[in-house]
Amino acid sequence: MKMLVCVKQVPDTTEIKIDPVKNTLIREGVPSILNPFDSYALEAAARIKDKDPSSTITVICMGPEQAKAVLKESLAIAADKAYLISGREFGGSDTLCTSYILSEAIKEIEKTEGKFDIILCGKQAIDGDTAQVGPEIAEHLGYPQVTYGLEAFVEDGMVKVKKEVEDGAEIIGIQTPCVLTFTKPSFDPRFPTIRRKMAANKANIPVLAFTDLPDIDPEKIGLKHSPTHVKKTFVPQKKTGGIKIQEETAEESAKKLFTLLSEAHVI
Amino acid sequence: MAFHVYTEEQQDMIALAKQFGEQAVDPVIAEYDEKGEFPEEIVNTGLEMGLQSLDFPEEWGGAGLSTKTACVTFEELAKHDTGVACAFSVTGTAIAPIMKYGTDAQKAVVQKKIFEEGGLASFCLTEPGAGSDSGASRTTAVKDGDKYILNGNKIFITNGGYAKLFLVIAATDKSKGNKGLTAFLVEKGAKGFSVGKEENKCGFRSSNTVELVFDNVEVSEDAVVGGVGNGFKMAMYALDHGRPYIGAVAVGLGQRALEEAVKYVKERQQFGRPIADNQGVQWMLADMEMQIESARCLVYHVAELIDEGQPITVNGSIAKCMATDAAMKVCTDAVQLFGGYGYMKEYPVEKLFRDAKIFQIVEGTNQIQRMVVARSLLK
Ligand SMILES: Cc1cc2nc3c(=O)[nH]c(=O)nc-3n(C[C@H](O)[C@H](O)[C@H](O)COP(=O)(O)OP(=O)(O)OC[C@H]3O[C@@H](n4cnc5c(N)ncnc54)[C@H](O)[C@@H]3O)c2cc1C
Ligand SMILES: Cc1cc2nc3c(=O)[nH]c(=O)nc-3n(C[C@H](O)[C@H](O)[C@H](O)COP(=O)(O)OP(=O)(O)OC[C@H]3O[C@@H](n4cnc5c(N)ncnc54)[C@H](O)[C@@H]3O)c2cc1C
Repeated sequence: MKMLVCVKQVPDTTEIKIDPVKNTLIREGVPSILNPFDSYALEAAARIKDKDPSSTITVICMGPEQAKAVLKESLAIAADKAYLISGREFGGSDTLCTSYILSEAIKEIEKTEGKFDIILCGKQAIDGDTAQVGPEIAEHLGYPQVTYGLEAFVEDGMVKVKKEVEDGAEIIGIQTPCVLTFTKPSFDPRFPTIRRKMAANKANIPVLAFTDLPDIDPEKIGLKHSPTHVKKTFVPQKKTGGIKIQEETAEESAKKLFTLLSEAHVI
Repeated sequence: MAFHVYTEEQQDMIALAKQFGEQAVDPVIAEYDEKGEFPEEIVNTGLEMGLQSLDFPEEWGGAGLSTKTACVTFEELAKHDTGVACAFSVTGTAIAPIMKYGTDAQKAVVQKKIFEEGGLASFCLTEPGAGSDSGASRTTAVKDGDKYILNGNKIFITNGGYAKLFLVIAATDKSKGNKGLTAFLVEKGAKGFSVGKEENKCGFRSSNTVELVFDNVEVSEDAVVGGVGNGFKMAMYALDHGRPYIGAVAVGLGQRALEEAVKYVKERQQFGRPIADNQGVQWMLADMEMQIESARCLVYHVAELIDEGQPITVNGSIAKCMATDAAMKVCTDAVQLFGGYGYMKEYPVEKLFRDAKIFQIVEGTNQIQRMVVARSLLK
């Protein structure tokens, strides 16, 4: 399998600070990490490669020069190749523009590396949290997609994805090429190995700039062409857990509900 | 806090060891300590990462790091658990003479079993009647054609129940004492070779310590490491290589105890203020820091000497002895600073205190280290 994983560098905090004028993220002074959901996507790819060592894993990231850190981390864990997509022209892109740029970069990389069978993304980035980029990449490329993946494996030449649903999991078969997005599985992603880590530190990571993507439409990228406008950003209040009424019988449960509602002066 | 300048590679290794420690070791290690059980799953994860291969050459499958970098890695690992750290460091001690004096075929076995497949190794010297006096070794290796037949018992062998390779020191000529010893590379599963009693220890309980039994174990003469009659030399080379490892583990252990103590004295209130406000407490902290930092400098110096190919016998003994004495003292003082809580299993320093003692005993007791130092002065 030829696999490509989209990884994003995110600030290591849930308390995001926003520039009150530009309404964009303030990233200075916040340590950056590999988006945890992307590490699950990378682990899923690594597990496919464990079974079939002829598989390859390419990682891409759009971001500034320092985002190379998450590409190096990915190389140390499991990836074979990495590309950074970086340039002023891409700055301020919303999810639609981001996914467009990423899909154009994927097509460009495919010119030298050949077609990818599986594009893997995290379910969402822990800073943006929109969970839009993965599905949008699938739309830009015209590929089928499975979201909320926990694990993926290849069986009888078909890609199968274990997908999280409300109270359990489904296994879905999907034809390649496809896009899969991943959420937190029950297992921990593997640690980097020391040999890979040392090699990754020395790795030369090619950068794809705006001019390296000759087919890209400049009218579809960057802050100016992003249809999304962030009006306000805030940390949502934690939902306090509701109560579960589960008495011996339905009748008793109804009685308890009635008492609670009347005590609260709702009825 | 004293500071050191670490290379980028060393910073990376510290970060990696920390990640491994925080994610794989810290959440579960108390349970293994309680049960006195070897944390096989944790150790296997570390083996996959290559923590057993740090300062061994890349051409034989090692990570190709310096011994100093290996030491800073072991120091960080030991902050999380010394038993886990020593599963890897003792493997390094055992294979060091093979990687230095072994044949290419022996190195290839280490490469495959230890580095590629991810296995542990054991260093097998101690016997019931041969502790500090290793020349009194009773395990014999008798030549039979192109084979040797091994008979005898080794005790207190770290990793013994889980190791894939064993460096076994046996007497090929009992009349010659130390000069009659020979080192053999024995593989797990050799016929007649079995694991005996597993020890139930005071501390260091996540480390596997067992007896090994050799009952007419046949090994090929190709299993001799470093030449017949050179067993003592091989053992000393292994221990020399292991000195800064043990020192680094002790430094990490002491550092952890100090960090726990510093946190606690700032929080604990008596007489209406944090106990850290008392000068008597502050001086204890300062002494703890000074002992650990002195030990760290000695350990790093020995590691650097090894990296430069210099002899380290005396410096190694000084560093091992000072670092392990420092760890014992610092862990004892940490319990003292925690007061009654320090003696309770609910608090972290109780385990550190129990873990500390072993390092004054293993890989040459601290009296034996002092003997080495004194001899170098008097000769
Ligand atoms: C506070 C805040 C302010 C913002 N302000 C603006 C603004 O002013 N203007 C504007 O246009 N947009 C703005 N954005 C949107 C921002 O550009 C998005 O974060 C970005 O497009 C990615 O979307 P996401 O983080 O929601 O990713 P998600 O859709 O949640 O990510 C899903 C997956 O897509 C992949 N992925 C996402 N991003 C990348 C990447 N860069 N490289 C590689 N893979 C990736 C990863 O696999 C990831 O797990 C803002 C976002 C936030 C949180
Ligand atoms: C947890 C654990 C793990 C171990 N792992 C290994 C291992 O992996 N491989 C291995 O080969 N061995 C291992 N050992 C054995 C360890 O190295 C020995 O216990 C140690 O060398 C001391 O030997 P002994 O216990 O026989 O004590 P003894 O030699 O009997 O010593 C008893 C006391 O007498 C003192 N003493 C002895 N001779 C002198 C002298 N000449 N001058 C002054 N004082 C002296 C000693 O310092 C000590 O205080 C391990 C031991 C333990 C407890």
